[in-house]
Amino acid sequence: MNLADAGALARAIPDGACVGLPPDYSLVAMAVVRALVRRGAKDLKLVGVPVLGLCADILIGAGCVREVETSAVTLGEAGLAPRFTAAAEAGTLKIVDATCPMIHTGLQATEKGVPFMPLRGVLGSDLVKDHPDWKTIDNPYAAGDPILLAKAIAPDVALFHARWADEAGNVWVGRRRELATIAHASKSCYVSYEELKPGDMLEDELLAPGCIGAVYVTAVAPAPRGAWPLGVPGAYGIDDAHVMHYAKLAKTAEGFRTYLDEFVLKAVPV
Amino acid sequence: MSYAREELLAVAIARLIGDARHVAVGAASPIPATGAFLLKEKNPALRISLLQKRTGNPFTEGSRELFDLAGQGRIDVFFLGGAQIDGEANINLVEAEGRRFPGSFGSAFMYFTAGKTILFREEHSPRVLVKKADYVSAPGWSPPDVQRRGGPAALLTGKALFLWQKDKRRFRLASVHPDSSVEDVRGNTGFDYDAPGTVPHTAVPTAEELDLIRGPVARVIAENYPEFARRVWAR
Repeated sequence: MNLADAGALARAIPDGACVGLPPDYSLVAMAVVRALVRRGAKDLKLVGVPVLGLCADILIGAGCVREVETSAVTLGEAGLAPRFTAAAEAGTLKIVDATCPMIHTGLQATEKGVPFMPLRGVLGSDLVKDHPDWKTIDNPYAAGDPILLAKAIAPDVALFHARWADEAGNVWVGRRRELATIAHASKSCYVSYEELKPGDMLEDELLAPGCIGAVYVTAVAPAPRGAWPLGVPGAYGIDDAHVMHYAKLAKTAEGFRTYLDEFVLKAVPV
Repeated sequence: MSYAREELLAVAIARLIGDARHVAVGAASPIPATGAFLLKEKNPALRISLLQKRTGNPFTEGSRELFDLAGQGRIDVFFLGGAQIDGEANINLVEAEGRRFPGSFGSAFMYFTAGKTILFREEHSPRVLVKKADYVSAPGWSPPDVQRRGGPAALLTGKALFLWQKDKRRFRLASVHPDSSVEDVRGNTGFDYDAPGTVPHTAVPTAEELDLIRGPVARVIAENYPEFARRVWAR
């Protein structure tokens, strides 16, 4: 289904949904994130695959988020994610701390339709005792070998950006295969895109390996420069100066409001 | 020949990496990356995976590929830091004294699965190097029944180098950087550790090492850590 714009995608994502999101270095649907803030989305649970960045910080600051499950929230070179940090320190946000490969493993379990999947390591970390969905078992093939299980993770919604969509409903994300993992494991999948390609990318042997097939995609919508101020590899890079500007402003609640007024609440930028 | 503190630390990192085949360097780690690329000048077969590389990064399977590689034993050396690092080499990336940090990233897995981990934190203070971490993102050691390929090898700070003693579960002071002293290190370390009667100074960079760092190594680092390269080498 090809919707009109980022706003239409944001309206399709219901309040209270569990939303799987990629990290800032992947392909983030920032235009949709801004539209979620504008439509006053509420009670979202964000799952960072495997970490979260700017998009989560904006949604948290704008009051759209009830809970996050993630291995980290960071603005990378721009430092701490200020609204996440403030909410965490004030105790106003439920945080389920994870570690990157446990998130991937939980999603991979859902991809395969199995209830859990094991992973080495992690045992003895405080993450294990604080995480409601991780269990330690004895390896059934070799007694006396404890191993950790990740419960299958199935977000309600996968949300990300793509370089291209096509007329057959496929989207192209190149090597950002964590997006495929999120799409495969989620009950619905919403994708904003830079450009529409005619025809069917799966007919093209060079494009097909970078695609996520239409079978997984619920709806797409055009959003040129829709990842800004984050990047789309091969099209445009991260706007480091803007992210730095955000990091400075969002240190205070007032500064964050100023940022929202200027870049989110009024007309869609760029 | 004068050298920057970052150059001294990079040389120490290169020695700690030793004869590894594959080193992975995480985000925001320009000094470990400098050390790794210095070593590559001497050992061109060394494979370095820079996780934060924005274009041309080494992975085609998304962000889980690093962990799958490590899980199989294909990553020999990894680097971890911590808001707190304690005397049993536990690291805390989550919270301390009411302050929230970004989170544990992949540490709870990589600390077990990489062949060895070099702990690196420039700040050497009782605030960072604590007796007991407030939260354990990744444990420094595991009971014998828990499968664990790797673990801490060393802790390098802005003042000193400690080596990890797996059998004693304690650090041993191996060397003190030239602008610090044994007393300075003891006074700024919140955990107890072993130390020999005479502690050597950390080896300073040789002229040959500095030539490599400021030439071919700085060129590679500037592509990936522009701010760092500008600050250290005015590039």
